[in-house]
Amino acid sequence: MKIGVFICYCGENIGRTVDCAAVAQACASIPGVAVSVDYKYMCSDPGQNLIINAIREHRLDGVVVGSCSPHMHEKTFRKACSNAGLNPFMFEMANLREHCSWIHDDIAVGTAKSIDLVRIAVEKVKRNEPLTPIRVPVTKRALVIGGGISGIQAALDIAGAGFQVVLVEKEPSIGGHMSQLSETFPTLDCSQCILTPRMVEVYQHPNITLMSYSEVEKVEGFIGNFSVTIRRKARSVRADLCTGCGDCVQKCPIKKKAYSEFEEGLAFRPAMYVPFPQAVPNIPVIDRAVCTYYKTGKCQACVKACGRGAIDFEQQDEFVTEAVGAIVVATGYKLYTIDKKPDDSQYKGYGEYGYGVYKDVIDGLQFERLASASGPTGGEIRRPSDKAVPKKIVFIQCVGSRDESKGFSYCSKICCMYTAKHAMLYKHKVHEGEAYVFYMDIRSGGKGYEEFVRRAIEEDHVKYIRGRVSRIYEKDGKYIVRGEDTIAGMQVEIDADMVVLATAMVPQPESAVLAQKLGIAYDNHGYFVEVHPKLRPVECSTGGIFLAGACHSPRDIPESVSMASAAAAKALVLFGSDVLEREPVVAKVNESTCAGCFYCQKVCAYNAVERREIRDRAGNLRKVVAYVNEGLCQGCGTCNATCPSKSVELIGFTDEQLYAEIHALA
Amino acid sequence: MNIGYFPGCSLTGTSKEYDMSLREVLAALDVRLDEIADWSCCGASSAHVTNHLLSVALPARNLQLAKEQGMAEVMAPCAACYNRLVSAQHEIATRPELKGRVEYVLEQKIDGAVTVLNIIELFQRIGTDAIAAKKTLDLDGMTVACYYGCLLVRPAALLGFDDAEQPQSMEALIAATGAKTVDWNFKTECCGAAHSIARTDIVVDLSKKILDDARAHGADAVIVACPMCHSNLDMRQRKMKNAADGHADIPVLYLTELIGLALGIEHKKLGLDLHFINPGPLLARAARKEVAA
Amino acid sequence: MHHAHPHTFSDDIAELTGQDPSLCYQCGKCSAGCPVRAYTESPPNRVVRYVQLGFDDEALASQTPWLCAGCMTCSTRCPKEFDLAAFMDAVRQLGIARGVKPPVADMRSFHESFLSQIESHGRAYELGLVFSYKMASLHLMQDVDVAPEMFLKGKIGVFPHNVRNTDAMKNIFRRAAEVKE
Repeated sequence: MKIGVFICYCGENIGRTVDCAAVAQACASIPGVAVSVDYKYMCSDPGQNLIINAIREHRLDGVVVGSCSPHMHEKTFRKACSNAGLNPFMFEMANLREHCSWIHDDIAVGTAKSIDLVRIAVEKVKRNEPLTPIRVPVTKRALVIGGGISGIQAALDIAGAGFQVVLVEKEPSIGGHMSQLSETFPTLDCSQCILTPRMVEVYQHPNITLMSYSEVEKVEGFIGNFSVTIRRKARSVRADLCTGCGDCVQKCPIKKKAYSEFEEGLAFRPAMYVPFPQAVPNIPVIDRAVCTYYKTGKCQACVKACGRGAIDFEQQDEFVTEAVGAIVVATGYKLYTIDKKPDDSQYKGYGEYGYGVYKDVIDGLQFERLASASGPTGGEIRRPSDKAVPKKIVFIQCVGSRDESKGFSYCSKICCMYTAKHAMLYKHKVHEGEAYVFYMDIRSGGKGYEEFVRRAIEEDHVKYIRGRVSRIYEKDGKYIVRGEDTIAGMQVEIDADMVVLATAMVPQPESAVLAQKLGIAYDNHGYFVEVHPKLRPVECSTGGIFLAGACHSPRDIPESVSMASAAAAKALVLFGSDVLEREPVVAKVNESTCAGCFYCQKVCAYNAVERREIRDRAGNLRKVVAYVNEGLCQGCGTCNATCPSKSVELIGFTDEQLYAEIHALA
Repeated sequence: MNIGYFPGCSLTGTSKEYDMSLREVLAALDVRLDEIADWSCCGASSAHVTNHLLSVALPARNLQLAKEQGMAEVMAPCAACYNRLVSAQHEIATRPELKGRVEYVLEQKIDGAVTVLNIIELFQRIGTDAIAAKKTLDLDGMTVACYYGCLLVRPAALLGFDDAEQPQSMEALIAATGAKTVDWNFKTECCGAAHSIARTDIVVDLSKKILDDARAHGADAVIVACPMCHSNLDMRQRKMKNAADGHADIPVLYLTELIGLALGIEHKKLGLDLHFINPGPLLARAARKEVAA
Repeated sequence: MHHAHPHTFSDDIAELTGQDPSLCYQCGKCSAGCPVRAYTESPPNRVVRYVQLGFDDEALASQTPWLCAGCMTCSTRCPKEFDLAAFMDAVRQLGIARGVKPPVADMRSFHESFLSQIESHGRAYELGLVFSYKMASLHLMQDVDVAPEMFLKGKIGVFPHNVRNTDAMKNIFRRAAEVKE
């Protein structure tokens, strides 16, 4: 074989701690190496041409580049090989930067190690086989999980481009948290007014299949070819018959046994309910936990009220399977509560703020409902306990957020802005009232954001106090808020009528379970993780799955909408091709030695191992062996390591290749 | 039940009624105290404030004595001693270099560990059923505020005993005596602790706020489990009378005294005559209903 | 690669307490809840700030570490889990080690009087402590309101309770003074 070795300086990155010329010179004498050269920037056009020309001139049948990480430039160099007529898999990379120059500071050591790294790669490339990428077809339909503003945006964008979308929402209605908000910063436009038309658009869009009150049960397959099982939870109401007239809701006698989720516990809802009047779809649900029929079998009020015969007490959950090529995950967030947590929770509550027992110490979403014209007080700011209008109100930022002692290191990002909005709305509605905001820093990066906060301070005279609050306790119907203004260096005690806590954003509690179903990465809080924080911010490491909105990290409406459109664009890029090419680094079974124990099937995380029957010409079953579905296999090598008879090999990483690499060091 | 006993200096002097009532009550509940022979001061805040090594070495000496005397568990009724003993043992266990220095200072090797209990934990172990079973007087005429102070509950992660902000363990015990407890705000606010002598002014201010809150929530006595808290809240009420808004006396009892009352133990044996604020009138009014046979 | 930097007062504190003062992000929650805040010139977070910025003299001159009651409210509520009470202990001890005149003289007299009782007897002994503290602080008339009654109630020990071997106690104190932490 004739191997070419190309050593890159990466400017100073490698050149500073590795004598690249000496490495190239030393590598020239490795058996099989026909040419060995060094160059300042191998990834540049002249660098690539150096490789291409050498392949042609020396008729190389293997190339090793000693440079950066394969993550950075493996594709670049493979393409160069390909352009010169060499199979791109006859190429190997020795990582002289991350594995050597960046972590050493002695030139002699760095140079010697670099030679070893190249020698290893040369021994491997000698045993490489020409490979062809795997081609798989693309199903041009998308699944969007979550029907908040992010999911709505992604679904509308994909559907608008002419592709079918299945939108799955676990609640009875789409709309998410945005449907609960009063006004939105920094423009103070009405949240429902801008959201509900988009909800209706989703409902009426011919390319969108809306599955509300449904959850993703199982995900199989791979990029371009997912098969998703969806649980359609029993509403106890037949969607095909219901007209949404609301008579059943009116007649439901169980009015005060369940708190309204939509009103954040500030009001009751009946057992038979739609979350809010503008719900999409406008089909009610029976809460079986409180409904009299499900407890005693006695009540039939809704059945009598329904002129369509749409009530179905016997309805069961249904399972449907959908074939899709791309998945957008947009499951959103929840607010952390300050309640006392169980010992095994990763978060702790705020005992110093009363662990959530004070009725008039509420969170931001509850304040949204109080400020909303459609809310339980018709938009008047009144305390939950006695319905009095608070004359003095305290807002506290960073409750949970940035509080490591409670289990959070991160900033929830939106609280500075919505707290300014809350204080402003309060001052607009209660002119004589006093509003205080305790904050640590004001983070108002965003168009018109800083101006908005200044408006709260300068025009509405909201008093901003820089410092955290140590304690809240109730005394004679007031809430004593004990804080410090670190600017004045003074302890501050405010006897407030009401306190609003800007509590941390957390992912939905089931996000880790969903991530496991999807096979995507999530962090220690349950936020989903993108594949690259800068250049691939909406893609998951698992191909074909994209992220949108606050399920990725705390973010506000404009950012969520932008991210959703970006995720939709990524899905559309995928739908732009009829077939996909994948790296052929997959496992392969040697059928003649496979004993059919199927340990490989047990350990495979991607359900890629199947059973194949081997029959003789007469059609008699000879044996059953393992078979790897190339579409599903991710090339992790677990089966390879598990197989007792060494019958599974990872193409491109065979035992022979790996042993050769080790021997190269001996 | 037998348990090791570390009385601490206060219980031999300023807080001797805590020691008296503790011994009476535990004897009535069939608990035998094995006092650590030749125990010495834990160093209290003074060592803690000025000399870290001494603040670990002095408790370590006592824990070592307990081990040598065959005790697996030691109860320290004083919240400050309890806190110092637990903290010192934790520091020795987690900082090997400190352990070496302590061994040098004490001129002996340190090995093994002793479980250190506070008085509430001991009562929890005895159980509210056992207390209720021996009750002869129902205290349901009394409404009390349970005051935990600082050193019983903080740092919560280390002591692992009760919630640092909203503790409830004392209330649960007191339920067995029939006495009512109030939900109040200042059960873990600081009374000024060791500043009693050097900065009495601070202690008077802080302690007054605590007592005012207890009274405002309807308590007619405050229950404590710490001699420092007791002397600040009880003895310093004289000086509170000089405050602008005046001060009305409120008795401060040790947890052991309250339980002793329920068990029908004589007031004098519980040291109830040794307080600065005489609880006599309250007890005459509220603590006289006998448990029906 | 290691970047050497000169040893600072902040490093001394980190060594004593096991926590680097740069952990503190100056939210002020400690000061908000500090029971002795009203009696000192500096809120606790400012003392940490002095140390973070290298203003050692200002930190050592502050009364706050000396008036700290050690109640641990700050440490319990600190969002960064910075043990501020331990930080205050360290500032005091480093001040003593550097021979800085304690900003709250009475406090030091009290603690020294207390420890000298332990050194001599092994246990605290009220009459000795009160006498020794009063002589040191010259607050001769303090507590005349309660002292006679305490005496009558038998709450003031007239004779010290000694441990068996008082020399052993003296040894502990002597050896502790020898060791540098």
